[in-house]
Amino acid sequence: MSAVTLTDIVKRFGSFTALHQTSLEIPEGNFVTLLGPSGCGKTTTLRMIAGLLDPTEGEIKIKGKRMNDVPIHKRNLGLVFQNYALFPHKTVAENIAFGLKYRGVSKADAEEKVKTALDLVQLPHVGDRYPKALSGGQQQRIALARAIVIEPDVLLLDEPLSALDANLREDMRVELKRIQHRIGVTTVFVTHDQSEALALSDHVVVMSNGRVEQIGAPEEVYNTPASEFVASFLGTSNILPAQCLDLDGTEVSLDVPDLGRLSIPKSRAPKLDRKGPVKFVVRAEKVTLSTDGSASQDGITTKGTIEAVDYQGQAARYFVRVGAHQMQVINMIDQHPFAEGDTVSVHLRGRDCTALPGNQE
Amino acid sequence: MSVEAREARQPWILLSPALTAVALLLFVPLLFIVVYSFWLRTATGADQVGFFLDNWREALSDAFYRDILLYTLKIGVITTVVCALMGYPAAYFIARSKGNKAILLLLLMLPFWISYIIRTMSWINILGVSGALNSTLLAIGLIDEPIQMLYNQATVVLGLVHFLLPFMVLNVYVSLEGIDASLEDAACSLGATRWNSFVEVTLPLSLPGLAAGGLLCFVLGCGTYITPLVLGGPTDAMFANLVYEAIITQLDWPLGSALSLMLLAVLGALVLIYNKYLGMAQLMKGLG
Repeated sequence: MSAVTLTDIVKRFGSFTALHQTSLEIPEGNFVTLLGPSGCGKTTTLRMIAGLLDPTEGEIKIKGKRMNDVPIHKRNLGLVFQNYALFPHKTVAENIAFGLKYRGVSKADAEEKVKTALDLVQLPHVGDRYPKALSGGQQQRIALARAIVIEPDVLLLDEPLSALDANLREDMRVELKRIQHRIGVTTVFVTHDQSEALALSDHVVVMSNGRVEQIGAPEEVYNTPASEFVASFLGTSNILPAQCLDLDGTEVSLDVPDLGRLSIPKSRAPKLDRKGPVKFVVRAEKVTLSTDGSASQDGITTKGTIEAVDYQGQAARYFVRVGAHQMQVINMIDQHPFAEGDTVSVHLRGRDCTALPGNQE
Repeated sequence: MSVEAREARQPWILLSPALTAVALLLFVPLLFIVVYSFWLRTATGADQVGFFLDNWREALSDAFYRDILLYTLKIGVITTVVCALMGYPAAYFIARSKGNKAILLLLLMLPFWISYIIRTMSWINILGVSGALNSTLLAIGLIDEPIQMLYNQATVVLGLVHFLLPFMVLNVYVSLEGIDASLEDAACSLGATRWNSFVEVTLPLSLPGLAAGGLLCFVLGCGTYITPLVLGGPTDAMFANLVYEAIITQLDWPLGSALSLMLLAVLGALVLIYNKYLGMAQLMKGLG
């Protein structure tokens, strides 16, 4: 049974539609991420599951029970906010025990559970401190402990890592995954950070402008974007206009101006249904640059000129002029990065590329 | 001059205009009042300069002054409690309303554009024998002759509440605004009803504002003489009325000075005690 089922949910604020008709199933025990830029409707969706917003239309079910008219305090959900939302006038232990009080847990049991929760988030000794005495990362762990100690049906995380420093964010990401695995709670995670989404999720729901663009496993949405938006939002992609010459066999044959002819597996272009204009998509890190012009067997090789270099330490991002297009290429650095003005061989393989239907209008 | 020395001096330079004003307009006059309180008013009406304790003896030993002081504190407490009960919900409403906060706050400030005395006098037009309320009741035939509604303790409290309510609302509003709205959401998600989460989270976190508003209402309420003068009866005089009486009517500046210092001392002591047990420092402890 699905832990959360959204059926034809719509949310309007006055004349503005924050979420267009959306249906979504979140399987029990799954870690599902709602990913998208701000204003895409991801937080609106989360707040409707939480009961902080009422859907304008549609039905929300949690564990098979209709939740539309169930107030938030009866939904048994764990909610973690971006700004932690710890009660500043209560100690850490009182914060964590807050939800237990309303569940009729005896004082002794509550103490035991608080201790277990603190151990789980690896902060066993901070129980009698006030939240303000803890660092941001520690506060977020306490917020997480407070949300999971009530053994919620669903754990809802609203950009919980975005207020943390970059290093801390990565540590917390690993930590979050570990804890979620350990307790196996169904989790809905909202973020605009693609690396968080890819690292944590069983399923990623990519959203834009109040619509779901694609639902799939991280690898799936990353490798086979279903739309131009998904391709450009996740990672760095080169999207070039191309012509589809043939799609009858197991491969799709494309003609990409300035690059040449190329065949890609049909499975990488599931949305193509006709010949004609298409959009050719290749990720920046799937293009290889080299100084020798050795043509390889598969794929295409062409010449390009480095126009700009964005040095990133172990890798570099190059802006490469290929004919009329500027392509972005991310390559590991072998000894020295290429310099501006270098002429290089640009190589890409058909199996790393995807194609989307072109603009039909 | 070193950078450190300049930085150390800077706050004092910035404070100096305010400090000058406070020194000249508050401390110096206060000092005059202290000196006055030891002078003596003679039967001829002239003040005798010197160091006499007669005024203080009278102010401190006469049960009349003590009773009025206690009565004043009682009115202050009643007014403060009424202001808190009426002001908190209003402040909560403004803080939680979406969009039109600026207009609501403007409406709250509006009374300050009208003189406090005129606002107080306006109650005479409403509650007086030929006032709006009596006229209406007479016109619709509910009463046969006007009811005397003015000049009692209730109207004094009414006038004070009218005067002080905005101070309470503003103080509570500011503290409510400072509370992160997601705290209540968090409490609800953990199983607390809206009411539970208010009692457990919002109310305790807004206590500093309530305490500050309460203190302001109490001190301003206890120090006023206009409201009892305009809306009170002969037995409703508050302590500040005695000071007014001594200085303006009887021209007995020395006694008036002693009485006003007495009120100042009592209110000052209460503020200190209040701050120690209910004050900001205590409440903010957890907020570090």
